[in-house]
Amino acid sequence: MLSRTADHLFWMSRYIERAENLARLLDVTWQMSLVPQSEEAANQSWAGIIALNSLEEAYAAKYSTVNGENVLRFMVSDHDNFSSIHSCLRLARENAHAVRGTLTTEMWETMNSTWLEARERSFEQIANAGIGDYCEWVKMRSSLSRGTTLGTLLQDEAFHFIRLGTLLERADNTARILDVKYHVLRPHGEEEEATDFYQWGALLRSVSGFEVYRKVYRDVITPERVAELLILNSDMPRSLRFCLSGVVKNIELVANSHSGETLRQAGQLYSQLRYGRIEDILKDGLHEWLTDFMDRIYLLGDGISKDFLVPMSEAA
Amino acid sequence: MNFYNEMYDANGGVREHYKGYAAWLAATPPERIERKRAEADLAFHRVGITFAVYGEEAGKERLIPFDIIPRIIPSKEWKSLERGMRQRVKALNMFLWDIYHEQEILKAGKIPAEQVLNNAQYRAVMRGVDVPAGIYAHIAGVDVVRAGAGEFYVLEDNLRVPSGVSYMLEDRKMMMRLFPELFAKHKVAPVQHYPDMLLEKLRAVAPQGIADPTVVVLTPGAYNSAYFEHSFLAQQMGVELVEGRDLFVKNETVYMRTTQGPQRVDVIYRRIDDDFLDPQAFRADSALGVPGILKAYQAGNVTLANAIGTGVADDKSIYPYVPEMIRFYLGEEPILNNVPTWMCRKKDDLAYVLDHLGELVVKEVHGAGGYGMLVGPASTREQIEHFRQLLLAKPDGYIAQPTLALSNCPTFVEEGIAPRHLDLRPFVLSSGKCVNMVPGGLTRVALTKGSLVVNSSQGGGTKDTWVLED
Repeated sequence: MLSRTADHLFWMSRYIERAENLARLLDVTWQMSLVPQSEEAANQSWAGIIALNSLEEAYAAKYSTVNGENVLRFMVSDHDNFSSIHSCLRLARENAHAVRGTLTTEMWETMNSTWLEARERSFEQIANAGIGDYCEWVKMRSSLSRGTTLGTLLQDEAFHFIRLGTLLERADNTARILDVKYHVLRPHGEEEEATDFYQWGALLRSVSGFEVYRKVYRDVITPERVAELLILNSDMPRSLRFCLSGVVKNIELVANSHSGETLRQAGQLYSQLRYGRIEDILKDGLHEWLTDFMDRIYLLGDGISKDFLVPMSEAA
Repeated sequence: MNFYNEMYDANGGVREHYKGYAAWLAATPPERIERKRAEADLAFHRVGITFAVYGEEAGKERLIPFDIIPRIIPSKEWKSLERGMRQRVKALNMFLWDIYHEQEILKAGKIPAEQVLNNAQYRAVMRGVDVPAGIYAHIAGVDVVRAGAGEFYVLEDNLRVPSGVSYMLEDRKMMMRLFPELFAKHKVAPVQHYPDMLLEKLRAVAPQGIADPTVVVLTPGAYNSAYFEHSFLAQQMGVELVEGRDLFVKNETVYMRTTQGPQRVDVIYRRIDDDFLDPQAFRADSALGVPGILKAYQAGNVTLANAIGTGVADDKSIYPYVPEMIRFYLGEEPILNNVPTWMCRKKDDLAYVLDHLGELVVKEVHGAGGYGMLVGPASTREQIEHFRQLLLAKPDGYIAQPTLALSNCPTFVEEGIAPRHLDLRPFVLSSGKCVNMVPGGLTRVALTKGSLVVNSSQGGGTKDTWVLED
């Protein structure tokens, strides 16, 4: 497969996954903001979303205050913000367009019509119809993309690079959500408040993990178990371990003569999750651990890029 | 002017080959037609069968309007058209071989040598290069129109990178999806095997000694107006769609960069003009091309389709000589008519053209896409005067032809069904002795009332083209 084709497929799937995760995060933050709380606490949650995406500067250039409406406007439909859902859907479609011949008709039509619909909606229309509805729509479109991929695409290299993109992006996003929310919820490890139950519940829901949690633990929600579920569970599709397991498998499937080091790094990271214990992770500080994890995910993406997607010129 | 109508004869009766369709149309409720037309629009948008228009907002994509009334050609007419096309393309390929080798036709004085050798499209770098099977124009799109009492004329031979075949295929697919009952009633000759035929042709012209050649389609990229077609054909043939930056040349051999390392490329169906193909040989500022590809080509390590330097044969200044080529190389009389052409570089011709600007069509010798032309009868006095100045300043840049009374065909437009002018572009595939076509081609229709310009960039639409089998 052409390196450039693999590159477009990889980024197509990353952007659609990014749009979905953003929709999940915005949805849950929106729902949390409806729980009675101080205005300060509410705005802190919204500020968290900006921080999560390292967009403090770009946001400050447009808005002087942090509140729900501004953050939603900025993260949902701002054309200049390359991390907004609008931009992610556009970039996913642009990457798909560049390799539409590699996609099945169903995949391309899904990507294309998602963008055509997204393009038509102004923020006012979205807000009027309800943010929740919109986030639900984004999630469904992402599911549809994944579904047509699974249901129609030959499981060759193209499929492996698409899976790589999806899983790497999801690992990064789950880590980010956990980092920000855990931080907000347990600033100093103090005693729990009454609203915490709702907050932890919402965090779980943002990764479709609420029912999963009940099923796995059959017990009350505790922060340690939430972290364990999202980091170490082998079967939960949005957990870090699940994602890394798939990353390793797919790198193995596309391996070439110079991808050994990237595979080793992926395998090493996966081993930590495979054999790690939540007590150890929390003991050293979850934030520190997640920061290190995200750095290594970044390096993995970089390695995949150099090994497969934009190889140095052989012509010289 | 009287126009030949594809569906009705001079007395208003429905022509024999349109009777089935006309009866269906009359019996189908207008609401159903309307619904189907809306469905077609939606489907074309979703599939993304769009094209980019130069000069409009960058990245903007437009739909080419699709009309649901097919252009129907009876089998007998098609057979004669097909023979004429094959004859013509065969002669054009022989002409190209000749002018890059012995130049017999120039020595025989059939075409003025300077017309060919000083032509901007003549590529001296191709002198003495032996292209596989002697084929230069592997893919030709010959534009024909019907005029007068219904006879066909060749308007131009597109031998560089003719486009439109994807619309031919998508129009058929759409028509079969919208109105399957019509295909049950009519014996419409199939066209869907075109990509297979194309792949077979491309494989047949691989460099010698390559048993299982790697074929690719080379595109200028996603922002090119015909990108949809490039990606469509690559997908249909099951080959890679590459851009210049995906390829590199080492030891006069072309490779593509893949996830498994470099892979050799043997045949390139290139949809990039000569000028942009190799920055080392042609335009140095081209970012679309592949440095060194000309050397690999000259060394015979890769085949380009079409070959470099075909533009000299479809140039409008060479067009008037095509009938002479047919006689010279094949010893046959041309089956298809040429349109009478005045060459403004000739003094007498220029004088005539200047006197009759109001009746003629004037075209730039190197122009294409319906840009830079004057349709005398449809132009204002200012436009005519403007062209007069252009002609006087650079007479050898123009040719003129009588304004043909292009045939028309009933077409859905805003006010209902009305006659609109159309042309036809069949695609002719060549490899060695074998010249093949799928029955039909792309029918383009000028949607503006009275307009004779069918190019999609000028607001033209398309129709499905049916060749009826006996």
